[in-house]
Amino acid sequence: MKKQTIDSRPAGPKPWYDPRVRALVFQVISLAVVCWAGWTLIGNTLSNMESRGISTGFGFLDESAGFGIIMHLVPYDATMSYGRTFWVGLTNTLLVSAMGIVAATILGFLIGVARLSSNWLVARIALAYIELIRNIPLLLQIFFWYFAVLSNLPSPRQSMEVGGALFLNNRGLYLPGPITPEGFGLVWGAILLAIVAVVGVRKWAKKRQMATGKIFPTVKVSVALLILLPLLAFVIAGLPLEWELPALKGFNFGGGISLIPELAALWLALSLYTASFIAEIVRSGILSVSQGQTEASKALGLPNGLTLRLVVIPQAMRVIIPPLTSQYLNLVKNSSLATAIGYPDLVAVFMGTTLNQTGQAVEVVAITMAVYLTISLLISLFMNVYNRAVAIKER
Amino acid sequence: MGTTMTQHPESKDSQAEKKPGIIRVEGMHKWYGDFHVLKDLNLAVDQGERIVICGPSGSGKSTFIRCINRLEEHQQGRIIVDDVELTDDVRHIDSVRREVGMVFQHFNLFPHLTVLENCCLSPIWVRKVPRREAEAAAMEYLERVKIPDQATKYPGQLSGGQQQRVAIARALCMKPKIMLFDEPTSALDPEMIKEVLDVMVELAGSGMTMICVTHEMGFAKTVADRVIFMDGGEIVEEAPPSEFFSNPREARTQKFLQQIL
Repeated sequence: MKKQTIDSRPAGPKPWYDPRVRALVFQVISLAVVCWAGWTLIGNTLSNMESRGISTGFGFLDESAGFGIIMHLVPYDATMSYGRTFWVGLTNTLLVSAMGIVAATILGFLIGVARLSSNWLVARIALAYIELIRNIPLLLQIFFWYFAVLSNLPSPRQSMEVGGALFLNNRGLYLPGPITPEGFGLVWGAILLAIVAVVGVRKWAKKRQMATGKIFPTVKVSVALLILLPLLAFVIAGLPLEWELPALKGFNFGGGISLIPELAALWLALSLYTASFIAEIVRSGILSVSQGQTEASKALGLPNGLTLRLVVIPQAMRVIIPPLTSQYLNLVKNSSLATAIGYPDLVAVFMGTTLNQTGQAVEVVAITMAVYLTISLLISLFMNVYNRAVAIKER
Repeated sequence: MGTTMTQHPESKDSQAEKKPGIIRVEGMHKWYGDFHVLKDLNLAVDQGERIVICGPSGSGKSTFIRCINRLEEHQQGRIIVDDVELTDDVRHIDSVRREVGMVFQHFNLFPHLTVLENCCLSPIWVRKVPRREAEAAAMEYLERVKIPDQATKYPGQLSGGQQQRVAIARALCMKPKIMLFDEPTSALDPEMIKEVLDVMVELAGSGMTMICVTHEMGFAKTVADRVIFMDGGEIVEEAPPSEFFSNPREARTQKFLQQIL
């Protein structure tokens, strides 16, 4: 059999009216423009730096920094390198971001639920909090906590103190620091054991509920395990813990654990500010679950707590998580406002002092931007994975 | 229909111990703010009785049956369900809700759970039934509403009629003594109404105590022991279906029947 294919479609449009041809042309043009702009930028920068005698490269990271930093989580002193200042700044940024994310999440969820409370007063207080905090610029709030609240605390010599162990003054909050001599390893072991036990109990309780229908008080038992096991190990090991008390040395306190006011102010402001946004996100998530779902759950005899846990929250989470991710990213980036009050975060230390002293603007700015980008992408990645885990299949 | 009803073992039991007044509503009033929605309602339903409530929209029929499992609060009078009076006491409310199943106009299935999980949720968490048993029981009820093959799907994948049948199975999984139906077919496409009504007719045949708010007069004629006509928040007329449809006493009832039949 003879088979003949005849293209019966009408003749195609002129090439410049064909969307596929147009798309290709525009892409080629855009690519050319981007390449040219990039080339010009790099060439210009290099030639300018050369004419001013600025050396390029990352060699400066090994040079001695020669300046002190008020707070460092990794060992640091002025004789160490600029590369070291980068790590000090980075760890300080990560510390305040992590503290902020934890506090903002807890506070935000509480206030978001309070906002929906049937108790008039509770709902109004939550509303007032949200409207007040989220409508004042963050920088102003950081200044408020730093200059208006924490700076007005008494000087070290007039410190407020609690039982000679806890001191609060305008240089910070000083707490007794634990010294862990030998034998404390047993307690660490017990903590680890308790965590393993809790995971085990949860699994066992779920399995038993599936098999026999009995519901085990998992939360209470978990909390008891986490507290009692380490405590028991602590007592058995003969209370192997000493406290180093902060003491006034010269003009300030030394020893123990200290929380500098810069960190406290930044942490407070970031947490309170972000919490007000998270509260609204949580509220919208809960409200997005229709009233019919709650009614159906109640009609089935599920009490309020279980209705919330099994029906409302799983459906609310899918609405909450994507905007919650944005808030976490905002918090990390907003932590760079630390510069304004002198908290030694990455921007203040590395892009501030280190940049000023070395003059290596291009390298320092590029490193700093790359770091923020990496942190943000990691948070996004983590939250996306979590989102996929709680996402509802539905179909 | 007659043959299917005798196949169910429950029908004999429930016929044997017919309990009078399993639902008693006495002088019940409800207000929404200043608006008097329900006015002096009185109703006694015996176990195994099938009641159909009809009336024009806004007459308070849905509000009335939602008071019976306390989805709505009444302000005056008494509601006693299976010897438990509905008061502010949460324990009373929870125990009544365990014995009273409800089917909604818009199904209200849980979209994040499969059909089987929808059915097992409450037996597992409220009745504390082992999962295996709960699933076995749920499959029986899903067979009874003729969709066991959809058990692993999510509600979003089903048609309206199928969803409503799942909703009926979900309520039955709690082994309730009473079933409330709040306009179960009003949100369905016409060709799906029958499959849901068939399930309800079969359920009625098994001796379940039922109160249905519905506009399906055919269903009322074949199944109901009594038809209640409500208008303006009051019970206007109450009669067996034969009498109600052929010989309505009140003018308002006559007008309503003319409009819908």
